[in-house]
Amino acid sequence: MMVAEAKPLAEIQGMIQGYRKILIAGCGTCVTVCLSGGAQQVEILAASLRTAGKQQGLAWEINEETQLRQCDPMFVQQIRDRTGEYDAVLSMACGAGVQTMAETLGDIPVLPALDTLFFGGADGQGGFVELCAACGQCILSRTGGVCPVARCAKGLTDGPCGGAQAGKCEVAKDTPCAWQLIYVRLLRLGQLHLLKESTPPKARRVHPARLVREG
Amino acid sequence: MGFKEAVESEKFLVTAEVGPGKGTEIQGLLEDAELLKDRVDAINVTDLQSSVMRLGSLAVSHILADKGIEPVYQLTCRDRNRLALQSDLLSAWVLGIKNVLALTGDHPVLGDHPEAMPVFDLDSVSLLQTIKTMNSGHDLAGNEFNGAPDFFPGAVVNPGADAGAGLEMQIIKLEKKIEAGARFIQTQGVFDLNSFEKFMKRVEGFKVPVLGGVIMLKSAGMARFMNSKVAGISVPEAQIKAMAETKDKVRTSVEIASGLVRGMKDMCRGVHIMAIGWEKKVPMVLEEAGLK
Repeated sequence: MMVAEAKPLAEIQGMIQGYRKILIAGCGTCVTVCLSGGAQQVEILAASLRTAGKQQGLAWEINEETQLRQCDPMFVQQIRDRTGEYDAVLSMACGAGVQTMAETLGDIPVLPALDTLFFGGADGQGGFVELCAACGQCILSRTGGVCPVARCAKGLTDGPCGGAQAGKCEVAKDTPCAWQLIYVRLLRLGQLHLLKESTPPKARRVHPARLVREG
Repeated sequence: MGFKEAVESEKFLVTAEVGPGKGTEIQGLLEDAELLKDRVDAINVTDLQSSVMRLGSLAVSHILADKGIEPVYQLTCRDRNRLALQSDLLSAWVLGIKNVLALTGDHPVLGDHPEAMPVFDLDSVSLLQTIKTMNSGHDLAGNEFNGAPDFFPGAVVNPGADAGAGLEMQIIKLEKKIEAGARFIQTQGVFDLNSFEKFMKRVEGFKVPVLGGVIMLKSAGMARFMNSKVAGISVPEAQIKAMAETKDKVRTSVEIASGLVRGMKDMCRGVHIMAIGWEKKVPMVLEEAGLK
């Protein structure tokens, strides 16, 4: 899923400074799961901004709405008629949601309330970790299901650098060395021979990528 | 005798290292290099060591080559994509540089510009493969060169990686580097001759000359810093104690380093001395170790 986190309140206040009537729009998919931009977070942000507005004597009128998926124009269309009355929409979706909403709504500023961080999964301790870099050329079959592109700080695909210490990455001592994880997985799978294969340099993906469905 | 000829001969090899500084001042570095010139087979020129922005290794390697001092041009994948790496290699060749040490490079976040974009388009293995391809007269895209280089490529290994998975993977990667064309190997700093000897037994079938790395200790504090911050380096407590208690740090540092050099004489093909600012003391280390 897309993992995102709320921007600092002061930054959000700065973005909406010049507007009066604001719709805070949540997203019911990834950011709901990672507890950053679902209905609950929309409610909390709305309350915080109303309080802050009152303290600063700003007459913000703030309403709330949460769609199932902001990254799909079909869902955004459903609120299009209602957004006409607002000066701005404050989106609590990932960057893809913010942009889809901006494009679909057309004439109204859509502002990001979150910073989108990475594609990842739950770490089992209430947090989330980056797991995929969307490189477009998956090599997980050769790395024991552990991605060095996303999980090695240098994205090395030919084995570890010399920098790991006690199985941790040289960049952050609380991050496991991806290659250490790969080694352990391959050992358990009886596939250590895969470490000897060299990976040719990847063709770097050209942005923006596109997936077209035929028919 | 050039470095390549020295490596291909039977002689015990000695390389040293200079680190370009922050700014345009190079007098000190050139004095150090001049002093070492006749005592070593080549001098490595570091490439933004520890990801700290400095004068580049290409320019300094060229200046050394011009002065008749054979450089080992260190080239990392940290800051250049495959276009820049290949172009810099062509530039190096026309500037008289023959030896290249192919490195992945430290992550920028460890240096003084932590916000910089880490490139790592290639890694140490694919960079060696690239050099091999260029030596054969082509670029990575298969285009033919009008005038090809003939580099003598080398690589590094960290014999002090974590025992178990870490060291196993270092050895597997070393094999890949050799397959990719590495003709000499310089190691990370070694402090424990027993574990280095075990490492050398593991790689003796690889048939590529290994130069054991020797770092000159400058103080007990530096040793402790390296133990906690520099991957794969483990200075034994006895050496830290000796540095802490000595009245003459240079003397003790030279004794420790020359002891390591002497020990390595029967274990590997040469030594690579990293003096980290104490380049002028390298001749003392060599003399004390009975070399030259």
